[in-house]
Amino acid sequence: MSTEQIFDLGQCTVRELNQALHDFNGHRAGPHFRVRNAQGDHALAVGIAAPLSVDIEGHVGYYCAGMNQHATVTIHGNAGTGLAENIMSGVVRVKGNASQAAAATGRGGLVVIEGDAAARCGISMKGVDIVVQGSVGHMSGFMAQRGRLVVCGNAGAALGDSLYEAEIYVRGTVADLGADCIEKELTAAQIVALNTLLEQAGVSAKAADFKRFGSARQLYHFNIDHADAY
Amino acid sequence: MCGIVGLYLKNRALEPQLGALFEPMLLEMTQRGPDSTGFAVYRDPAPVGQLKLVLQHPDPAFDWALVAAALGAQFAVDVALRVHHTHCLLRLSVSEAALRRYLVEQAPAYAVVSIGQHIEIYKEVGLPLAVAVAFGLRGMQGSHAIGHTRMATESAVTTAGSHPFSTGSDLCLVHNGSLSNHNRLRRKLEKAGAVFRTENDSEVAAKYLDVQMQHGATLSEALTQALVDLDGFYTFTIGTSDGFAVLRDPIACKPAVMAETDDWVAMASEYRALARLPGVKQARLWEPEPATVYVWGGAAGAAPLN
Amino acid sequence: MTTRDPGLHESYLFNRDVIHEIQRAATEGIYDIRGSGAKRYLPHFDDLVFLGASMSRYPLEGYRERCDTHVVLGTRYAKKPIELKIPITVAGMSFGALSAQAKEALGRGASAVGTSTTTGDGGMTSEERLSSKLLVYQVLPSRYGMNPDDLRLADAIEIVLGQGAKPGGGGMLLGQKINARVAGMRDLPPNIDQRSACRHPDWTGPDDLEIKIRELREITDWEKPIYIKIGASRTYYDTLLAVKAGADVVVVDGMQGGTAATQNVFIEHVGIPTLAAVRQAVEALTELDMHRKVQLIVSGGIRSGADVAKALAMGADAVSVGVAALIALGDNAPALDAEYRQLGSAAGYYDDWQAGRDPAGITTQDDELAQRLDPIMGGRRLANYLRTLTMETQIIARACGKSHVHNLEPEDLAALTVEAAAMAGVPLAGTSWIPGRR
Repeated sequence: MSTEQIFDLGQCTVRELNQALHDFNGHRAGPHFRVRNAQGDHALAVGIAAPLSVDIEGHVGYYCAGMNQHATVTIHGNAGTGLAENIMSGVVRVKGNASQAAAATGRGGLVVIEGDAAARCGISMKGVDIVVQGSVGHMSGFMAQRGRLVVCGNAGAALGDSLYEAEIYVRGTVADLGADCIEKELTAAQIVALNTLLEQAGVSAKAADFKRFGSARQLYHFNIDHADAY
Repeated sequence: MCGIVGLYLKNRALEPQLGALFEPMLLEMTQRGPDSTGFAVYRDPAPVGQLKLVLQHPDPAFDWALVAAALGAQFAVDVALRVHHTHCLLRLSVSEAALRRYLVEQAPAYAVVSIGQHIEIYKEVGLPLAVAVAFGLRGMQGSHAIGHTRMATESAVTTAGSHPFSTGSDLCLVHNGSLSNHNRLRRKLEKAGAVFRTENDSEVAAKYLDVQMQHGATLSEALTQALVDLDGFYTFTIGTSDGFAVLRDPIACKPAVMAETDDWVAMASEYRALARLPGVKQARLWEPEPATVYVWGGAAGAAPLN
Repeated sequence: MTTRDPGLHESYLFNRDVIHEIQRAATEGIYDIRGSGAKRYLPHFDDLVFLGASMSRYPLEGYRERCDTHVVLGTRYAKKPIELKIPITVAGMSFGALSAQAKEALGRGASAVGTSTTTGDGGMTSEERLSSKLLVYQVLPSRYGMNPDDLRLADAIEIVLGQGAKPGGGGMLLGQKINARVAGMRDLPPNIDQRSACRHPDWTGPDDLEIKIRELREITDWEKPIYIKIGASRTYYDTLLAVKAGADVVVVDGMQGGTAATQNVFIEHVGIPTLAAVRQAVEALTELDMHRKVQLIVSGGIRSGADVAKALAMGADAVSVGVAALIALGDNAPALDAEYRQLGSAAGYYDDWQAGRDPAGITTQDDELAQRLDPIMGGRRLANYLRTLTMETQIIARACGKSHVHNLEPEDLAALTVEAAAMAGVPLAGTSWIPGRR
């Protein structure tokens, strides 16, 4: 589809933008949306349920592209707290940094952060793939259940604390690991899959350069000898 | 629960624009704190031996000349007076200890908002725009400023309960979050002679730092000790005579983002408050680490002090 | 106190229950986890009575003269507020904690009497959406099963900050209840313990919550009422902040409120009784001039129409039932006594809802047990119960001369104990004295 709809947030409200996007919910296609003048507004492009492509110029506040389904949302700037929270599918890309809790509880799709992600990146993630070209802050991957968190830079403290079955890959250094998170072997199959993901994310990094972290599964059933970790 | 902003100008050539750069930062935090607004601006340092005193009374027609005259008579000095909306700025040559003693003894009808050589705090119930306009923030020049928009949690929506809290000479504190052990700490500080004006947890944090520093701690040391003694959730920004400091609790849930260029250092609860600063696109941008003391200005340098 | 044997002097402090618990802890090395709500004595609605009409007030005739019961929730911001025929809703209980059959039965029962039911910490099942005419979708810290499609299917959204049984605590579901379907909905492996978070992953505090509420409104095009559910503790402040953060409805759950699985120490020792919480919540709403504009739902120990009427008189717009609804479905039925005894409990005592072995087929994920509960029969029983509560509420309201149950007032109440008078803020019976007030 070659048409483009332009929304200037200096001229229209967040409500008008989101309603225009939602008018395509359930459709198989739609126009390209260009959003201009984003100035840290919250809840931009949330709840899309159609394969739209949306380019947001400027920086966005909390929860941009929250609960995204099928759409490709690109933020040409920095993103606030809870970027693409609970994303179901589609691709959300930030050209700059993302604040706390990026892709929190995401259940599918791909989130690419070209800069750094702050604390709690991928908290309680449930199937989303997250690729961070920079570094992630503390408590990233906290209680992460499913999906992959890929960090090309470094990871802050308590990485993967109380981890379930999500996979975490870090190329740089890890400040320290959280409770029940351990380094695991990187298998040949995982290298292939990770290379595919990196390529999908448009990131030039080699999977073999990453370390993999996963759950030690010691907290899966209460055991008095692990009580300190609860 | 609130919005916080701070701006410290490294390039002195920008000082005439401090208010113009800072006001939009504060206004961006309106949604985070609709109850009250306040800011500390550091400017026009008083010469050695002289103090700047900011007082507040809810009645804009309050007779400040009478207050100035009483202070002048008490200390046998000239008192310069300038009224800003519900606040007034006084300058007089007096020792800080004597002035504080006098103010406690008088138990005056007005409130003491700040005391120092550099600091002036202005705060009032209301939305940021109204408060900024009432005090003429935009036109203020100076070296740095700290601001706060408040959504009250467990204490009353009053001017006294607004931030920043003055914490002693030239220091002030703003807080986003909620402390969980401030009541016992308050009682401990009261036993040691501290006087509180509000039920606010943030005032306890401010007073705590004040007491630590009165006992000889540097700001960095006081903040490091605060990590041990203050429980709960907090992002603090502390204004000092020549810079500011930032501290987040070890869990660090309450938001904070920082940016630095050769010309300035800024912090805010959300990036949107920084977005209009000149050169922000080239700034180093990061979110402060948990349980890490950051101090700018003076001898502290630009690096975080741990 | 347990029974006394002549000549044996049992300690009040170290009675046989206490000794048993110390011995259990020493053996097992873990706190006691159980379901249901606080079991110990607490001041409650029983400690209040109504001042029926006499000379100064005129009562309404039962059956003939109308006494309306409908309530509209979400009038502040939502484009589509929900209208309930009765001021009694069914509280959030998860699929996972409850069987799919139990969830369906709750939906059927609630729908039959024109009220809503609520999802829980495990997402929305198709059975409950189909069986519930009005369904409230919970947004919890775990976000298990959180899905925008379900959000759009919901009639209202409830952001859960806490529950009365455990204000400040996270959820827990033990491995034995995590069968393949429950695990799949939660994106977790089967059979492992689930420790869900106590704070939401993407916001903390009222300033961030305000932004979160706006996101949910944007996603759902401002159609759906947004509730905020709080566990009763600092209820006055929490209610103020919920309103400031933009709630359409505040749900206050007192410490008698039930849970599927929580530490006994949490259930019995954290939170305040429902009676005290209602008064604090109403005070906060009144102070903001938001009483009746932001609706208040009260839960935690609602059992009878008397409880409903008293909560409404104190200022609630509606109440919620959880534990009572499960009992109506058949929980703790005397007919199952032998089976309860095999589990080390007895009919009337059973609270091991965390264990997943419920012979009534309610708090279980065991297919065989769950099939014992017929959702149609269960729904009918719940509907009968809710109808009875409604009629009882009307009986009291009419006796106080009210043509709508919402016209009950605190002044229609008197307290039987000093404690209840102080907590509820109504005078001790026969006096004009409210402790703590001039």
